[in-house]
Amino acid sequence: MAEMLGTRDVYGDTLAELGQAYPQIVVLDADLSSSTKTGVFGKAFPDRFFNMGVCEQSLVDTACGFALAGKLPFVSTFAIFTMRAWEQIRQCVAIQNLNVKIVASHGGVTVGEDGASAQAIEDVALMRVLPRMSVIVPADGIETRAVIRALVEHVGPTYVRVARAKFPVILPKDYVFRLGRGVVLHEGGDATVVAMGVMVSRALEAARLLKEEGLSVRVINMSTVKPIDEELLHRAALETGGVVTAEEHSVIGGLGGAVAELLAERCPVPMRRIGMQDRFGTSGDAESLLAHFGLTAEAIAEAVRDVVKRKAHPR
Amino acid sequence: MSDAQEVARLQEIARQVRIDILKMLHKAGSGHTGGSLSAVELLVSLYFHKLRHRPADPQWPDRDRLLFSKGHGAPALYAVLARCGYYPAEEMQRLRKLGGILQGHPDRMLTPGVEISAGSLGHGLAMANGMALAARLDGKPYRFYVMMSDGECQEGEVWEAAMASAHYRLDSICVLLDRNHIQNDDFMIKIRDIEPIRDKWAAFGWNVLSIDGHDFPQILKALDEAEACRGRPSIIVAETVKGKGASPFENSPKHHGVSPTDAELEQALKELGAQPEGGGRRA
Ligand SMILES: Cc1ncc(C[n+]2csc(CCOP(=O)(O)OP(=O)(O)O)c2C)c(N)n1
Repeated sequence: MAEMLGTRDVYGDTLAELGQAYPQIVVLDADLSSSTKTGVFGKAFPDRFFNMGVCEQSLVDTACGFALAGKLPFVSTFAIFTMRAWEQIRQCVAIQNLNVKIVASHGGVTVGEDGASAQAIEDVALMRVLPRMSVIVPADGIETRAVIRALVEHVGPTYVRVARAKFPVILPKDYVFRLGRGVVLHEGGDATVVAMGVMVSRALEAARLLKEEGLSVRVINMSTVKPIDEELLHRAALETGGVVTAEEHSVIGGLGGAVAELLAERCPVPMRRIGMQDRFGTSGDAESLLAHFGLTAEAIAEAVRDVVKRKAHPR
Repeated sequence: MSDAQEVARLQEIARQVRIDILKMLHKAGSGHTGGSLSAVELLVSLYFHKLRHRPADPQWPDRDRLLFSKGHGAPALYAVLARCGYYPAEEMQRLRKLGGILQGHPDRMLTPGVEISAGSLGHGLAMANGMALAARLDGKPYRFYVMMSDGECQEGEVWEAAMASAHYRLDSICVLLDRNHIQNDDFMIKIRDIEPIRDKWAAFGWNVLSIDGHDFPQILKALDEAEACRGRPSIIVAETVKGKGASPFENSPKHHGVSPTDAELEQALKELGAQPEGGGRRA
């Protein structure tokens, strides 16, 4: 069994680690700091922590004020509630090109028991459509730490999605994150699986399953959904001839949408999108929900088999 | 300069600013006339009397900041900034035109002196809160003025932000409320009344000042009183007339989002004692 690590826990700890070296960091939350883990920073640096109450709109705009004043604001609430402030994110963060780091916890259906109203499956799409916005979904705790450390040196609007559930640790301790770069985690030539977040671990598992059947699958961790790594994707489509995307998000507008948009223009190949198939989530524990919605290694493997078949016999 | 002389100076600037607003809106052929004209005395009082600012150095770190939250009233801000010398007056000729620095709504990345981009109502106060909290962390004494419209007070975010300013005791913040009683569709009392607006802000923990928003002595006094208030943010509720100074637009609920016609411009310029535009029909 792989080690399990909460990406939100790593976020809170990393912020607190950085607080000393980066006095310009301020952190804002909307009454969820015990869940988003910004409370860890708040405890260490109470003067630079602002709990705005249940006020998502002004949460975002207040962060804009901090950024306009030269501070480095990290803003957190649940992914579902960042969408309530989408207009603030558009009008104030993105239009003004402000250095606001939105780190949304509780992305996807692995939120679990709280059900549909708490499970953000549209956030990546909504953020990705904004000019100037970078969108990042780390695959595990190791990458989350690397992302947060990279962001304090990066300038510009950014949305990062972390999760409530603990994810298996799949990346090496010395993993290097570079914004805008996908990473090939498993080499293969028969098809490519492009995944983000928890689905990266499932994609690796699918590659192992398929190896036993004699299929060699390339697995890409596409943690930066925007700006997406066009060259890596283009090369993967060209060299493997078939692509499957996997995300804990709607297949509309998210990673699958981004990959489809790019490949349709640059290198059309047989493709399948694993993700939420235009439906809302429901209550249940995280693992059961992933299985229920077909967000599994087996589902990815089946999509790969389909894509490989279509390579040989285009429909 | 005596108080009377200062008031006369500001009145003359206000007259010229109104002329600039009407001419630039007429030339642009679109834009918000009424809500620009109602805010003139408030803006002139800030930029020509109260604010510590340096038009030659718009990014001067120690300046006071005006956050123009009612972004559709941009022509008033543009006329005042131009007259201060933030950019050449000719820029007003290119209001709302492709390639111009004066966008339909304020863009802080294009226009020197503009502190926040705006246009969508309800964002300014929350941004002021962030700026004021940052200034407090840095031990900076400068002040933040937020120009807000009364229709804007119908936005929920305004009240989120109002709670926060009071919670953090941000006495460096002063809201100027352009209380002209008209919104886009009609008189506010017909659409959605916000009264008792003074009681609402007071209940949210604010120091509330009430004035005639076209009366310079009252405005200047209120600005000083707001600055002297400790431990609470202040709001100056300024009773104004939408379209003030241009009779076709005065107190008219039909003229929110329109620019002057040739005839309206001519009449308004006459009333303001200005020369009509030299034969200038609008393209
Ligand atoms: C969030 C938002 N909704 C709608 C509009 C469209 N709009 C522009 S001005 C306005 C209302 C104008 O009334 P008021 O805010 O009182 O401005 P003033 O009378 O001072 O011009 C509206 C609804 C907007 N700019 N922002």
